[in-house]
Amino acid sequence: MHPAFSVIFFTVTSGAGYGLIAITAIYSAFDFSQPMTGAQTLMLSAVALVLITSGLISSTFHLANPKNAWRAFSRVRTSWLAREGLLAILFYPIVMLYVYLVWRGVDASSSTAMTTLALITGVWAIVTVFSTGMIYASLKTIRQWNNALTPVNYISLGLMLGGLLFSWLLSLSGNVSANLTMVASYMVVIAATIKIVYFFWIGTPAGPTINTATSFTARTVRLLDVGHTAGTFLTDEFGYQVARDRLVALRWIAIILGFVLPSLIIWFGLGEGDNTLMLGAAVISAFAGVAVERWLFFAEARHVVNLYHGAQQC
Amino acid sequence: MKLGLVVDLDTCVGCNACAVACKQWNTSGTTGPLTDLEPYGKDPTGVWFNRIRNYELGDYPDNKTVHFPMSCMHCEDAACVTVCPTGASYKREEDGIVLVDQDKCMGCNLCAWACPYGARELDPEEGVMKKCTLCVDRIYDEALPEDERQPACVMTCPAHARFFGDFDDPNSEVSRLSRERGGEHLMPELGYKPVNTYLPPRNKPNIPTYKNETNPIEKVKDWVNRLVAR
Repeated sequence: MHPAFSVIFFTVTSGAGYGLIAITAIYSAFDFSQPMTGAQTLMLSAVALVLITSGLISSTFHLANPKNAWRAFSRVRTSWLAREGLLAILFYPIVMLYVYLVWRGVDASSSTAMTTLALITGVWAIVTVFSTGMIYASLKTIRQWNNALTPVNYISLGLMLGGLLFSWLLSLSGNVSANLTMVASYMVVIAATIKIVYFFWIGTPAGPTINTATSFTARTVRLLDVGHTAGTFLTDEFGYQVARDRLVALRWIAIILGFVLPSLIIWFGLGEGDNTLMLGAAVISAFAGVAVERWLFFAEARHVVNLYHGAQQC
Repeated sequence: MKLGLVVDLDTCVGCNACAVACKQWNTSGTTGPLTDLEPYGKDPTGVWFNRIRNYELGDYPDNKTVHFPMSCMHCEDAACVTVCPTGASYKREEDGIVLVDQDKCMGCNLCAWACPYGARELDPEEGVMKKCTLCVDRIYDEALPEDERQPACVMTCPAHARFFGDFDDPNSEVSRLSRERGGEHLMPELGYKPVNTYLPPRNKPNIPTYKNETNPIEKVKDWVNRLVAR
């Protein structure tokens, strides 16, 4: 699949934003040993909303006819894209109410109603990321996406980026406990595990073949002529292919930048004093790694229409 | 009704006339134009509802060339309609034709991603998705003589390799042909229940290839045969 920059930016940025607001809201709902101040909750929520909103705006850039984008909420009963759009839009009044009450000085862990609101905000953010993943996972035409690991990956990577941002932003305002950064590193480990399982999962050819695509299941089938002299919409959109060794190299880059470096920084790079710089480095490295991961998510996906352009199996 | 096409892979000669007739009719039809980009340039490209590929079946000497026209299969369980967030893609209740409402489409490409057959192509000029309409603006046009109320591709096919009709009617030509000739669906394992069927090539004896005969009796026979033929 052709990796469109706007979609990569959207899924990485808003995924991180939803992860950050989910962690912030859920953390604020409970009376932990190291509670956040109202100002910190506001600052974290504001960063999350900027990330979410810039991602959502970017997602409209890949539309060929954005003037009809407002119609995208009308088929919620069947379309995961419509569900994602609706969840993303309905998230705003909920998070705004939460932010407003925090701004008014209501402690999220003080009353049952406020705790419930914080939890709804957090869970809603995660469900929105889930529905982003389901847009891809629901496509039976792309074997690499059509599995349960796809939405799980989106959620785990969103929470991982959110967790790292959470630690770094709290360290900016002076208090982040070693326990919190440790929790962030656990999220990195979980996200890494899921992603590596995904790489193994998609490694075995299992999809439709040129035989079922042409109905000649008892003979070898070879494409003689594709029938066009220049590229078409289909080859531009689905024909994108990268050399195998480059893909493997990029997988290593994604794993090292996205998971290994941030973990090493948290486990061995943090000292007693001010860790803002080190945590900032972990965040930047993780974002770069996840951006490469998201590019690979598209570049490695092989649509079955390639069977009509010469591929033997997808 | 379950309207669809039957393509006879035995008689299709791969002349591309169906694709050209389709383009000619539909570029001025309800979903037209079928925009062309750089039609006279180095790399001409554009929107087509029907594309023909050529395959080699089997291995030499038991091999065969098959021409393979493909357009929308008007699936019974059309994934392109399921994923459409705007409601622009829809499947008609009355005859099963899958269409795109050009006024509602936002050009997100998701339906093209969901289609395994490559039936949908984005018009980059208009920013909307376009696809085979089964010539819905032809087959119901009462101004046309009754035998011309067929899709343009079927009308034009010089090899008579394309048939149009109702698969719900067991006595229709398309149902009969699919039944008698063992019509196949493409990629049935995805479960979209495509309507169009493809008739496999008939099993014909191989055309014998020339062998250099060394048997003296055969040589004499050959010589006599040629003499008689003269």
